[in-house]
Amino acid sequence: MERIPILKMGRYLLVSIQVDMDDRTALALQDDLTAQIVKHRAKGVLVDISSLDVVDSFIGRMLANTAAMARVLDAETVVVGMQPSVAITLVELGLSLKGVRSALNIERGMELLQSVARDTEAETADAADEE
Amino acid sequence: MPQTKSETVPVRSTSEVVMVRHMVRRWAVEIGFSIVEQTKIVTAASELARNMVDYGGGGVVVLEALDDGIRRGLRLTFEDKGPGIADVEQALRDGYTSGGGMGLGLGGARRLSNEFEIRSKPGEGTRVMIARWKGAS
Ligand SMILES: Nc1ncnc2c1ncn2[C@@H]1O[C@H](COP(=O)(O)OP(=O)(O)O)[C@@H](O)[C@H]1O
Ligand SMILES: [Mg+2]
Repeated sequence: MERIPILKMGRYLLVSIQVDMDDRTALALQDDLTAQIVKHRAKGVLVDISSLDVVDSFIGRMLANTAAMARVLDAETVVVGMQPSVAITLVELGLSLKGVRSALNIERGMELLQSVARDTEAETADAADEE
Repeated sequence: MPQTKSETVPVRSTSEVVMVRHMVRRWAVEIGFSIVEQTKIVTAASELARNMVDYGGGGVVVLEALDDGIRRGLRLTFEDKGPGIADVEQALRDGYTSGGGMGLGLGGARRLSNEFEIRSKPGEGTRVMIARWKGAS
């Protein structure tokens, strides 16, 4: 089975999905990402889906699950580069992907990730101060 | 409806679901579908092909390119000899799943198509037909 490579950049993980994944590959990516977040104590995950010309309910659920799982592990997820035709189709499919942050491209996504991670850090620091 | 081209392919595994997506994409491009039209029918096909693998014990998909002189379109028929669906109304409802899915496959495929037909008999199998016409919304 194919495995999607995960890159580490400091405290962030970067995944660029370049192939049309079958369901098993998608599930493996979800598991791998979760494991890597723990291993590297990652603060954020950037998932680039600009090469995907179709996102169905299975892949959509994988993205939502990854974001939910990451949140539990105190990491933020941003999905970048969704093609307009994919976004239109997802709405009609009935998948809202609420809870998944998105950005236009990798650069914007990285900015968003850093600002969100900074906010959470500030909150944690505030909470610590109050104790 | 005159059909200009037809092909039947087996769908038994998740990797064959990917192959179906690619094939439907190729045919949709050939018919001249817009990017959005292509994406809609490929997504619908992916959902229905996966259902055959997940619930129908595998099946076949029949692709047909249609041309009646005025309109061009693509018809896809998904047929399996699996357990069938006892309550089709329920299965079509958004959010209903018997297998831990999102329950959006059947309802979503219906919304993404211009024509949708489902026939299922418990114990005999399931047949879902969808069609899209070039230029139809
Ligand atoms: N080919 C099929 N054979 C038997 N049951 C099916 C088939 N396709 C769909 N179903 C039933 O309909 C339900 C809804 O399907 P769907 O809308 O695709 O949602 P999901 O796949 O997420 O469960 C399935 O959970 C299953 O019980
Ligand atoms: Mg389904």
